Amino acid sequence: MIDPQLATDVIRQAMAAGATGAECTLAEGEEFSASVRMRSLETLKEAGSRGAGLRVLIGRHTGSAYTSDLSLEGIRTMVSQAIQLAAITTEDAFAGLPDGDELGSLSGDLQLFESDVNALDTGFRIQQALDAEEAALAADPRITNSEGASFGAHTGQRVFANSLGFVGEYRTSSCSLSAMPVARQGDSMERDYWYSAARAFARLEKAGDIGRKAAQRTLRRLGSRKVATQKVPVIFDSQTSRSLLGSVFDAVDGDSVYRNASFLAGKLGEKVAADHVTIVDDGTIPGLFGTSPFDDEGVPSRRTVVIERGVLRSYLLNSYTARKLGMKTTGNAARGLTGNASVGHGNLYLEKGDRTPEEIIGGVRSGLYVTELIGSGVNIVTGDYSRGAAGLWIENGEFAYPVSEITVASTLQQMLTEMEYIGSDLEFRTATAAPTVLIREMTVSGS
Amino acid sequence: MPLADSFFGQKFGLTEGDLQSYLSEAMSAGGEYADLYFEYLATSSISIDESIIKSATQGVSLGVGVRVLSGERTGYAYSDDLSPEKIRHAAKVAACIAKGPAKVDKASLQEGQKRNLYPVITAPTETSLAERVALINRADAAARAYDARIFQVQASFVDNLRHVMVATSDGALSFDRQPMARLNVTALAREGNGVPQRAFHGGGGRIGMEFFQNEHSPEHFAKEAARQAIVQLQASPAPAGEMTVVLGPGWPGILLHEAVGHGLEADFNRKGVSAFSGRIGQQVASPLCTVIDDGTIQDRRGSLNVDDEGVTTQKNVLIENGVLKGYLSDRLSSRLLNTGVTGNGRRESYQHIPMPRMTNTYMLAGESDPADIIRSVPRGLYCASFAGGQVDITSGNFVFSASESYLIEDGKITRPVRGATLIGNGPEALKFVSMVGHDLKLDEGVGICGKEGQSVPVGVGIPTIKVDRMTVGGTAA
Repeated sequence: MIDPQLATDVIRQAMAAGATGAECTLAEGEEFSASVRMRSLETLKEAGSRGAGLRVLIGRHTGSAYTSDLSLEGIRTMVSQAIQLAAITTEDAFAGLPDGDELGSLSGDLQLFESDVNALDTGFRIQQALDAEEAALAADPRITNSEGASFGAHTGQRVFANSLGFVGEYRTSSCSLSAMPVARQGDSMERDYWYSAARAFARLEKAGDIGRKAAQRTLRRLGSRKVATQKVPVIFDSQTSRSLLGSVFDAVDGDSVYRNASFLAGKLGEKVAADHVTIVDDGTIPGLFGTSPFDDEGVPSRRTVVIERGVLRSYLLNSYTARKLGMKTTGNAARGLTGNASVGHGNLYLEKGDRTPEEIIGGVRSGLYVTELIGSGVNIVTGDYSRGAAGLWIENGEFAYPVSEITVASTLQQMLTEMEYIGSDLEFRTATAAPTVLIREMTVSGS
Repeated sequence: MPLADSFFGQKFGLTEGDLQSYLSEAMSAGGEYADLYFEYLATSSISIDESIIKSATQGVSLGVGVRVLSGERTGYAYSDDLSPEKIRHAAKVAACIAKGPAKVDKASLQEGQKRNLYPVITAPTETSLAERVALINRADAAARAYDARIFQVQASFVDNLRHVMVATSDGALSFDRQPMARLNVTALAREGNGVPQRAFHGGGGRIGMEFFQNEHSPEHFAKEAARQAIVQLQASPAPAGEMTVVLGPGWPGILLHEAVGHGLEADFNRKGVSAFSGRIGQQVASPLCTVIDDGTIQDRRGSLNVDDEGVTTQKNVLIENGVLKGYLSDRLSSRLLNTGVTGNGRRESYQHIPMPRMTNTYMLAGESDPADIIRSVPRGLYCASFAGGQVDITSGNFVFSASESYLIEDGKITRPVRGATLIGNGPEALKFVSMVGHDLKLDEGVGICGKEGQSVPVGVGIPTIKVDRMTVGGTAA
């Protein structure tokens, strides 16, 4: 454990060296991972590391430095580097810290650290991975190979202090279990995976369930084909619809908004999505991966409605982007150890609708059900969207055959306004969550 | 170089006796092989935004990774503290992977073959910050001066200097000093109140500051970013469906990285999970295609004197005249496959386990005139630049996203079209290569490759090529 006192010492040293403002982050982490493949142990990794970062302001000039050496000498070097760097930056009228009255920390137990993660012995952790892989291998004779299964555990501590007197710290824990089987049928070879991650071991999905689900997801891809180029309704399953929320986040990130590099810049109060689309960022929900007592500038996490029934209500901001836009921070500052803060999200989710995924699929005469997206073809500036996809073809409301080597394309503007149905299957597996969604029409490009 | 004169000998007082005792500790429970990877990394990053130098960051991270191999098993631990008790503890943790008697024969450490592919006397990280600030100021000014429609410019200079030392239980010892720098420029253009367009360009390598003096000047990178953003202002939606695709020279070589490179990494092939598994000796591309991975090109971003397992890098032929020749290997896979090492064992940092990775991957030049290639296409897409790509190595399906592309109509490049993702299947896509230009070009030095959560710098290159059939994922009919 790092003593938070170290952060206040760093701030004091920076102020003594001439800083007019300072922010210090300390982080410590311990990681463990065990991976198995074809029923035997393959890799064991275990280690820990620490780091410190400092950002100073001298007037409206900023400088930043970090170190993995927390000795007195390491810290002294970091402080003098940050001070020197502030001398080469230009005065930026918007540079600064949050206002003093914006600082604070959520009270109460946010359930970010669960001791059961540390209590598990190595043999048990390896067995979890073996059990997950075994369930995948045993699921079907067509599962002939495996890229393995792994169990991971991580615990960490984060401390933040600034020269306005804020000092806060919190600990986090997480564990994860995943399996990636390989299936073969004739010339077709496919892989897929399933995983579970949680802050407490007790909340992890069962190893056997993870393996079986991974096998089922892999098997349904066998014998996939390409379809003809056409415009059809496209359903994103709850795993891939999450990535659409990631794109919405990029577009409401204050940093893209103030520089006019987002298709949602200047659209506050306007209708940007279908009536039933409500997107919320909530960093306060206990036990989730997007939850924290304060952001990386010491501002309390909160709940912000980003899109309310189709109308853009708020951007996500840190103190810098808020000042640039003449607004207030939304407690969304993010950074590693040092540097000017960027913008991050808490638990960003699309509110669920009332149809089950089966009902949504059942209503499609001919269309695509997307289970995997690859590539980076999303342009936040223009909204242009074109990504590689794999999934299942739907005919008369039922899955007909698997498809791959195709792309799905549209614009994010159209996808948001043509989001016809939203499923009831909202589940918080990561810091972004979305149910199954149906987009009325996209271009599927194939043969 | 004697250990005592090396960076780690000088700075941390490490001796050969220390290294041998850590290796013995690592092999105390058996195992066939162990290594130590010491890393000291100094980084800096300066950026200009809205014509203001808004940020400047420097830092240091250091540590040691200890690895033990026992059959197919790997034990790994690391420490960010180089005190003897912490390193010994890491060695003890890594040793847990093996079960057997301690391996006792102690090899004396010998430094291997020495050469320097990046003889940079003063690395950018060691120069004055003012010099680097001047470069990004020039980039900002040049991008803005290019066209009045450029309304936002961001430029950054990012550099690092990495000192590494690898000691192995086989008795190999290697040192390397690895400089790296790149200049990045992003420009946003807008016509009146229209939709803005953004473009990026940049470059660098394992180079000194003189690299940025002539053809790689800040003005060059800035104008290229600005030019691409202005071109995009006129772009119409990209076409959809299968068509002939012509890739321009240089950075579009990312096709090779995604379509074949990852699928030829030995770990996937050892496990039989790659679409290329078991295909050595088979025709996997048109006879016009010869694909190389070469870690030995002077000054390049993907080059290394020794890989991150202390193996001397080399030039490896992956595909020769369309026939699959070999895989990219690391120590573990070459031991298990009984093949030679290829110098492709790489890792992101001391906190990571090495695995087979690409270095600089490119296709040899052919004989066609690039102008003839374009003239031969009645209707198709010409791609000049890309944003990134991804591959599923098991099915072999890969994508890469065009950031600057044009329609080809009646043998002529006509109008620009918006970004679109191209998709294909690795072992099939290159069979449709029907023309290869004589204009091989390597990229300008911005590539970052991600695999299993680890990022490493890489290079790519390609001449102009014509692919008769590829799926383009636009929206226009």
